[in-house]
Amino acid sequence: MNRRDFVGLAGLGAGALLLPNFPSLGADLVDPARLLEPGLDIAQKKRLADVALNAAKSAGASYADVRIQRTLNQGIFTREKQVQNIGSTETMGVGIRVIANGTWGFAATNQLTDAGIAKAAQQAVAIAKANSKVQKEPVQLAPQRGYGDVSWKTPIQQNALEVPIKQKVDLLLNANAVALDNGASFVNSALFQINEQKYFASTDGSYIDQDIHRIYPNFGVTVVDRASGKFRSRQSLSQPMGLGYEYLTPKAADKIAGPAGSDVIGYKNSYDILEDAASAAKQTKQKLTCKSVTPGKYDLVLDPGHLGLTIHESVGHPLELDRVLGYEANYAGTSFATLEWKAKNLPYGSKQVNIVADKLQPGSLGAVGYDDEGVKTKEWDLIKAGKLVDYEKIRDQAHIVGQKESDGCCYSQSWQDVQFQRMPNVSLRPGTAKMSVDDLVKGVDKGIYIAGNGSFSIDQQRYNFQFGGQVFYAIEKGKITEMLEDVAYQANTQEFWGACAGSCDASDYRLFGAFNDGKGQPSQSSAVSHGSATTRFNGVNVINTARKIG
Amino acid sequence: MAILSKDEAQALLKKVLSYSTADECAVGLDGRTTGNIRYARNSVSTAGASDTVSLSVESRFGKRSGIATCNEFDEATLRRCVQRAEEIARLAPESPEYMPLLGPQTYLNPPSAAATLLTPATRAQAAADSIGLCAAKNLTAAGFLDGGARFSALRNSKGLESYQQSTSTDFSVTVRTADGRGSGYAISDATDPSKLNFKSLTQRAADKAASSVMAKAIEPGKYTVILEPAALMAGDDLSLLGGLVYNMGAREADEGRSFLTKKGGGNRKGEKLFDERVNIYSDPLNADVPGNAFDGEGLPTKRMSWVEKGVVKNMFYSRFWAQKNNVAPTAFPSSFIMTGGTQSTAELIKSTAKGILVTRLWYIREVDPQTLLYTGLTRDGTFYIENGAIKFPIKNMRFNESPIIMLNNVEAIGRPQRLANCLVPPLKIRDFTFTSLSDAV
Repeated sequence: MNRRDFVGLAGLGAGALLLPNFPSLGADLVDPARLLEPGLDIAQKKRLADVALNAAKSAGASYADVRIQRTLNQGIFTREKQVQNIGSTETMGVGIRVIANGTWGFAATNQLTDAGIAKAAQQAVAIAKANSKVQKEPVQLAPQRGYGDVSWKTPIQQNALEVPIKQKVDLLLNANAVALDNGASFVNSALFQINEQKYFASTDGSYIDQDIHRIYPNFGVTVVDRASGKFRSRQSLSQPMGLGYEYLTPKAADKIAGPAGSDVIGYKNSYDILEDAASAAKQTKQKLTCKSVTPGKYDLVLDPGHLGLTIHESVGHPLELDRVLGYEANYAGTSFATLEWKAKNLPYGSKQVNIVADKLQPGSLGAVGYDDEGVKTKEWDLIKAGKLVDYEKIRDQAHIVGQKESDGCCYSQSWQDVQFQRMPNVSLRPGTAKMSVDDLVKGVDKGIYIAGNGSFSIDQQRYNFQFGGQVFYAIEKGKITEMLEDVAYQANTQEFWGACAGSCDASDYRLFGAFNDGKGQPSQSSAVSHGSATTRFNGVNVINTARKIG
Repeated sequence: MAILSKDEAQALLKKVLSYSTADECAVGLDGRTTGNIRYARNSVSTAGASDTVSLSVESRFGKRSGIATCNEFDEATLRRCVQRAEEIARLAPESPEYMPLLGPQTYLNPPSAAATLLTPATRAQAAADSIGLCAAKNLTAAGFLDGGARFSALRNSKGLESYQQSTSTDFSVTVRTADGRGSGYAISDATDPSKLNFKSLTQRAADKAASSVMAKAIEPGKYTVILEPAALMAGDDLSLLGGLVYNMGAREADEGRSFLTKKGGGNRKGEKLFDERVNIYSDPLNADVPGNAFDGEGLPTKRMSWVEKGVVKNMFYSRFWAQKNNVAPTAFPSSFIMTGGTQSTAELIKSTAKGILVTRLWYIREVDPQTLLYTGLTRDGTFYIENGAIKFPIKNMRFNESPIIMLNNVEAIGRPQRLANCLVPPLKIRDFTFTSLSDAV
């Protein structure tokens, strides 16, 4: 949300302002029971979709697609012993995208009548024709066969929106109580739940019905030392996931301990919020008095809950083909990994670096059956043995790199926004040899183990980055020795991946989630996951971030 | 439909209030008519328009509150919306931070909105002009033009009534050289779009792009910098000055978790934290950056000094926190003004023996909330200054710096310009900390 949207929300009453990063703009706040009501039935959706496609064709479109989308959100926000806010939102409408005169046009409406939809389709064609006057090259779409009537659903066990609000509030308040009992001065917790009910149809002959679910529990703990005026915080080690409420029922098999001496527990497909709240409070107290890092070169051992964000920023974004081509030059930026750079066959990383893109991994945020232009999702290699082999692309980009099919990366955050190329899940393959995190640490002489993601920043072509974390531990002669503070590492993408010295095996593999990845003008949010096992990087530059102010 | 007049809005709100059976009820309307065009690679990529009006209803029973919204206004929908808010309120837990609704308030009357706005055709023309200028010089333009009108109206069962209309248009453009070795940027916004000169802004970005090729690397370290307004404030991301003012909440400071926390307890209001030339205030009546007359609860905004002669003059108090501390609450302003002098950026350069001119800072993130340490990078035009003149373009660099330290190291303050609905002067700062080089252009 940008500042102007924030200011705009002022008219929505004080309650709306308490929904931090909650995608309520343009959606209606509704009774939670409304989220359990079924939307339009599939036959109605198909009929309305045909109204849009026929109206677009009649107005002169050579291609059209339509998304009839209902998005349900629920956010629960608490601090210490109190509930701050509970918001349930619903938004539903139709987005119609067309090609006319070789140019894209888009229009959307929440008038779900034949007349309203036909008018929007005609408007989309009119916009396409108007913009075709400034268009240099006609749009070229990679061919796509129609799938007929198909459906897909996130494989969840329990729809979080069906769980009574009281049960969810109690869980958050219990986590807060555990944090306070373990020494937290303050604790905020929240639970986000999203359900996208998406119906897509196109003139290619696809009618695709999808039911997509995401969940994100999280908290932040702060410990204050009044006497010194010093405070430290630690965020939860949970991840946003493409799962149902089952994510909040902890299972022993999903817990993965960090290296011996670190007191860190990572989570796979289920999360123990009470255990993490206790651990967060204890670690935050330690952070107030632990040693400040000595800057210099260290071998870094990065937990998957940390490394995921580094993958996101330094691999996921630079390989988005729209950035590479310059479509995001005015805002998100371009990319160092240009077509010319790739043609030179320059190394992206060491031979240990194998990075794969997908929209399939169960539990991931990016998993769908079909993307927002009707392409069946898949898995493909981006980096093989350290060499860049492919990009992330959609139908109107495939021909630019001499390919015949889309990767299925097209996404729109809502019925009212135009779909465009977004990042798929981008993951580092785990090591093939048996390797535990203790085995990995054993080989490090002078290093730092980092878990959780903290401050992150990268330049607009994705060369130079700086990352912090949630907890840091010194490694000396193969062993964790003590907690550290004020740690951030700075590196260059190629050098960093070039310094990759190997990962733990698949038993350590976990997903990191980016819940609100922003791109585009006006900005749209999307959610993707990044899998990896704990991984070692040699000789990375670590800075000390402590400062003195008057 | 999107922009209702005061009478239309209040008549609708009055009707909605009449359906309420709650102890207290507050209703609000927020509407906007906006349009945008986006271009890249010297061609239009997307264009869109939207007309929306949303009604919000907050119903309260005792200390329980529920909010519902809708965007259709037939009687049945309005009644359902009120009913939903009341149902949600009955189910809600009691708020320990409950504050009764405000009664009637007196509001300032900020300067009126622009009469004429851009249309799809004038937006397309602006994009075509910007693209044409660049294409003729073998440069590549990417830009975004977005704007329109909005209104906001509130009414509640305690007799509060408020209404305001406003307009704004934002334009930004990035121009790159064909070989990708130079990049320049320009940004501006205005209440009245006729005050935006798209061609001259594009020209400025084009000049910066052309003059930033063949950038040389210099050693990172502490440098005197001239930070242009786009390096200090951003409408759509964290910025050095924005980060500072948005972190001036009294509650966070009193709770011990802010840069304004006082050792031993309390906050640092009244302490001199910055150079005495630093003054930051807000004024909804400022003709250059007219502000909102009221916040989301209907609390009136007024001229407020936040930093005066380097001293923290005021902090933000919500109504709850203000009551708890027995002080007046502060409505959050929609714009900030940092005062400055009369010198242009060019004049600041002339008086600089050695330094760096920074066009824009990018991807700024907080590193340490205790000290407000931020990191980020220069972008789209970074130049080395020697003996009062720009000598050569330099490669971009990452900084790690706190705006608190920055505003203690002030060498000179230039003439404020409008950016992101704020007035921001270019600043000359000594000992600004760059920590590494970036190859990004």
